This record gives sequence, C-alpha cells and structure tokens, in this order.
Amino acid sequence: MYEILTGPMIWLSLSVFVIGMIVRAILYVRGLNWQLDRVAYRAHPKAGMKGAARSIIYWLIPFGTSSWQKQPVMAVIFFVFHIGAVCVPLFLLAHNMILKNIFGLAFPITLNLCIADILSWAVVLCAIALILRRIALPEVRILTTTYDYFIIFLAVAPFVTGLFARYQVGEAPFWYTMHLLCGELFLILAPFTKLSHITLFFMSRAQLGMDFGIKRGGLKGANITW
Amino acid sequence: MPEGTLCNRKPIQTEESLKTLLGDTSGTQYYKQMKELDVDQDLLWSTIQKTCKSRIRTWLEICAHCGMCAESCFLYLINDRDPKQVPAYKIQSTLGEMIKRKGRVDNDFMHMAMETAWAKCTCCNRCGMYCPNGIDMGVMMGYLRGLLYAQGFVPWELKIGAGMHRVYQAQMDVTNEDFVETCEWMAEEYEEDYVGLHFPVDKEGADILYTINAREVKHYPEDLAEAAILFHAAGEDWTITSKGWEQTSLAMFAGDWEACKIQVKSVYDAMERLKPKRMIGTECGHAHRATVVEGPYWAGREDGLPPVKCMHYVEWVAEALRTGKLIIDPDKRIKEPVTLQDSCNYVRNHGLKKITREIMSYMVEPGYFIDMSPNEEHNYCCGGGGGFNGIGLFRKERNKALITKRDQILNTGAKLVIAPCHNCWDAIRDLEEEYKIGIRWSFLKPLLVKMIKFPDHMQPKE
Ligand code: SF4
Ligand code: SF4
Ligand code: SF4
Repeated sequence: MYEILTGPMIWLSLSVFVIGMIVRAILYVRGLNWQLDRVAYRAHPKAGMKGAARSIIYWLIPFGTSSWQKQPVMAVIFFVFHIGAVCVPLFLLAHNMILKNIFGLAFPITLNLCIADILSWAVVLCAIALILRRIALPEVRILTTTYDYFIIFLAVAPFVTGLFARYQVGEAPFWYTMHLLCGELFLILAPFTKLSHITLFFMSRAQLGMDFGIKRGGLKGANITW
Repeated sequence: MPEGTLCNRKPIQTEESLKTLLGDTSGTQYYKQMKELDVDQDLLWSTIQKTCKSRIRTWLEICAHCGMCAESCFLYLINDRDPKQVPAYKIQSTLGEMIKRKGRVDNDFMHMAMETAWAKCTCCNRCGMYCPNGIDMGVMMGYLRGLLYAQGFVPWELKIGAGMHRVYQAQMDVTNEDFVETCEWMAEEYEEDYVGLHFPVDKEGADILYTINAREVKHYPEDLAEAAILFHAAGEDWTITSKGWEQTSLAMFAGDWEACKIQVKSVYDAMERLKPKRMIGTECGHAHRATVVEGPYWAGREDGLPPVKCMHYVEWVAEALRTGKLIIDPDKRIKEPVTLQDSCNYVRNHGLKKITREIMSYMVEPGYFIDMSPNEEHNYCCGGGGGFNGIGLFRKERNKALITKRDQILNTGAKLVIAPCHNCWDAIRDLEEEYKIGIRWSFLKPLLVKMIKFPDHMQPKE
C-alpha cells in the first residue's frame, strides 16, 4: 500500500490534477461567447487584459477590496486558510524531498518547519471557523449543502492527517498512509469538484474583470474600484 | 390548460393583441391564466443547453456558498436580512435548480422564479462587486428573466412593454409622427422665450444626434424643449431623427432579447442613415445601458460598440460646461444642500462616476454638495430598477425597497436630489410620495435652463 501511494499514485494524482485543471481552464475559455456573455473579448485585448489583471490582483490583496474591508473577520479566515493551503503542500521540506526523489527536481524554496507547523494549524483552525460560520450565520446556513462540508473535508483532511503524522501520534506509518491517501484523493478529485476553483477562481475573476474593463466603463477610461 | 389567450409563450407582435392585453386591467385575467400555464420543459432545457455556457455554469458551480454577497444586496438588508434574499440563494434556488432538474420544473416553480427575478432583484449588479469569485448575480438574473419570458412567466406590464417595442419601436404607444409633432409643438411653445429655438429633423452629418425616452413625448414634453434649449444655447449642430429616436428598452427588463434587438437596431439604423458625429441620449440610465452598453451585442456587433460614438447626457453636460459652451451664472448656482443619485446603469455599468461630480462642481456653490454613502460604483439601487418601478403586482415590495434610498438621502440632509436617470427619478418621486421626507428631485436639464447665461441671439426682443 505504502509503496503504491508513494510511487505510482503520486504520479497519477499529480497528473490528474495538473491535466484536469488545464482541461478545465481550456474548456472555460472555449465556452466563453462574446455575444451570449455580451463582452467583446477579442476586440479589445488591451482593455480586457488590464481589467482582468486588476480584477485578480485586488482580490488577492488582503483588504484590497471593499468586500474584504467590509468583512474583516471573513477576510482573515479566508487569507490565512488559503495561504496555508497553498504554501504548505508546495513548499514543505518533506514534500520537496519526495518530489526530488521522484522527478529529480523540486522548488528552490522550502518552508521553515516552525512556519509550516503554524500554517498547518492555522488551516485546521480556519476550517473549523468556516464550519462554525456556516452553522452560525443564517445567510450562510441557507446556502450550505452537505457537498460544502465534503469540500472542506477534502481540503483539510491532508492537513489533519499530516499533523498527526508529524507529531507521530499513534502508529506513524498509519498516519503517513492516511496522509498520502487524503492528499492524493484531493488532487484527483479537485478538477471534478468545487475545488476546481483553484483554477476557475482566476478564470472567473479575469472574465468579470474583462467585462468591466471592456464593456462596463473600462473603455471610457474608468477603473472600477473593487 | 396549455396556453391562455392573454398569458402565453408568444410575444406580442401586433397592435391589436397589444390593445387586448392592455384592456385586461392590472392583468387580472392575465395572471389568472398564468396559474394554468404549462411549462414547455423541452424548450426550457434545450434553450439552457444552447445558451448557458461556461461563464454562467462556472458561476453556479464554483459559488462557495460563503454568503459574502449577502450584505451587498440592498434588498437583503431592507427585508430584515431575510436569508431568502441572499443573492446567491436567489439564483441557486431558481436558475441553479432549473439546471439541476434539467428543465423539469412546474408552474409553481416558475411563479416562484418570476417573483424572485422581478421582485427580489433589480439587476443592479452591486453584488457582483462583492463576490470573491467574481460572480455577478445581476447578470444571471437577467439571463433567468430571458428564460422565464420565453415561457410566458413575465409580469404583465413587461409583456406589454416588450410588445410596445416590437410594435412601435418605443416603450409606449408613441408613433414617429407623435414624436416629431410633439417636438414641433414644443418649439412653438418655447420659441418666444428662446428665440430661434427649433428641432432640426433628420439632418445628415450633424455633430449630434439626440435620442430620447418615449415617456418624454407622452408625459414630459418640457424635457424635449429643455434639451433643445440647451443644445441651442451651446451652439451645437444637432438633430433628432424621425425614426429610431427611442433609446429605452423595457424589452431588456422583460428578457425579450429579440425585441431588444429590434429596438436597438432601429436606433442604429438612424445612426447609419444620418451619419452624425456622435449620438447623445437623454437623462436615462437603462436607455443608455440598452443602446450603448448592451445593444451592440444584441445587434451582433463584434466590436461591442455602437455604429457611432455614443454619450450619455451627463457626458455632454460636463463637456459643455468644461469647454464653456454652456456658462453658468455664478449667482444662480445651487446654494442649498444637494445630493446626487448615481444610476447603476451608467455609473457602475459604464464607469461615468467622476463626470457627474464634475458637473456638480460647476452647478453647486462649493460646500453644498453632499455625496450619499455609499456612492459612485458602490451606490445602492434607487429601489425601482430593472422594471421594479412599473410592476403593479410587486408594488408593495418595491415600496419597501425604496427605504434604502430614502435613508441614504435623509443621511445627507439634502433637500434636493439630482437624478439624471428617468427610472431613478421616478423612484425618488415615489419615495417622496410614499414616505414624505420633504425633498425635491430633478433632472439636470430644468436646473441648467434656469442657471445658464443665454447668448444674445436667444434673448427675446422686448
Ligand atoms: S459571495 Fe460569491 S461565492 Fe460567496 S455565496 Fe455569494 S455568489 Fe457565492
Ligand atoms: S443585482 Fe442587485 S438587487 Fe440583484 S441580487 Fe445583486 S445586489 Fe441584489
Ligand atoms: S433604477 Fe436607477 S438606481 Fe435602480 S438599478 Fe436602475 S439605474 Fe440603478
């Protein structure tokens, strides 16, 4: 089991993830339609690019938009969660060593172990906060479905199991195996679930940015204040 | 019952059927028949498959159900934070369900969807600015309206409105003759006070082609006169067109895309026939949105632009004041607390946020202009947008929706509200009628006519 999970399954899950995400992005772009969407994407590439870039960048800056400023608690949860969820898997020393073993290369930067610990705990805590928020706030509760909890589960399971493995709770090989399993499950399911927002967030933001950049005022020289 | 005589899936195509539907006071029979109207589920599903592409599908799919859009919607706030007014809920429970069920929805569902699309959303697009995933519920509600319209589930007034555009290429039963005659009548009425005043008709190659809102012909002809007076005073080379003069589109509110196309093409034809340097539209928000912002797409123009450069009236006013074509008598500047309504349709949706403030800087004595909060592209809808103003069935809900703007205005302390948009103007008038907060409201034109210095040649000879 362990052999398979650390060998072919890493290959498989990473391929499904990367190829799946690329396919989703391509399908997204191919499904855009200037007339149905009522945005002349092709006719104004410069204004479109500018709008798209602004739409993405402002939203990636903590408190960079009115919406983030209006909901500071959510903004903090959101950013901490996502920074952890992106940085830990990519830059953890242990992950990089595995990558190096398999592919012969890895990211040049690795996370200091202490920071990695803090970030991982933060991800777990933020996930709990997100769950509590779903239960506590009526405007979020009404939207929430079981599927939403499943997505949170998919996203934090690798962290919880990873932390157990790291602190060598119980039998270490068990938690390592679980961690690998959860991580690979995440990678494999991501392109087919709401986790596809890893790519589609950027596509959707870029699209709305082009909409404002081209049609809704951008060509008039107005920059929307996000 | 499949389809009723009044309420059915067929658009209004003739004057006769238009009159019949109008004859059904308040749509009593119409709504009764709607209760029996079957849903053409195959049509619904095939339309969705053909027209619901990656943008909307992705929006529905990646919505994180995070509720961050809730507070951005004035209808959510004003309805005591009813969770059913959360923008994401409104669209997931209607369009989202329709797609999930592959179009297999029933009459009750369609009634619920109709109420959601027209009484719980004004398509003001504010929520789109507050969603981290860039999901614009206003756009999706517009799409949903199209699906509902095609199934015959549309408020009575908007079915009529769309029919008007199909029959008259105007939102009301105003003919081309009515329009030109009203303009001539206005010229006669006012030429004594404003010497030389006239409406050039169908002049080719003019600097400005002026287009309007049919309501001006029917209810506020002085607005036409004021436009002429100001163009005349500014020394503009302008013209009206005897055909294709109507800029508005109730068809857009109704979701009748075919009628939208018919309407906007009539205006574009006028542009192509008269070849003006630019087109300037009256003080109307949705008219501008329909003709200038969305229109090119309905008409199939790949560059997304109308045939000639188009400007909203506020852009022309700002330019005329900036360049000195119009000069304001400093003594007549506004010297009382005054505020300004930002129309979503050309502010949020066409970026004209600074230009109206530039106008204020010329018209208002320093210190008297007070902005509402929030403002510019973050402004709230007046409460009557997207057709809400005109729908009798949802009058109660609309009146409640006005409270947001009422309180915004009260917070400024202003007694005068400048609203360069027909729809917003109506809503503000209604909110004063409903809640009596002691305000006055105005378009720019009547204020300007009272404030500017007229050139000698326009002064009446004693
Ligand atoms: S803010 Fe956006 S992602 Fe969140 S619930 Fe609203 S529409 Fe969905
Ligand atoms: S478009 Fe406006 S009215 Fe409609 S849901 Fe969004 S914020 Fe509310
Ligand atoms: S009526 Fe005015 S404020 Fe309301 S949506 Fe339309 S433009 Fe905006």
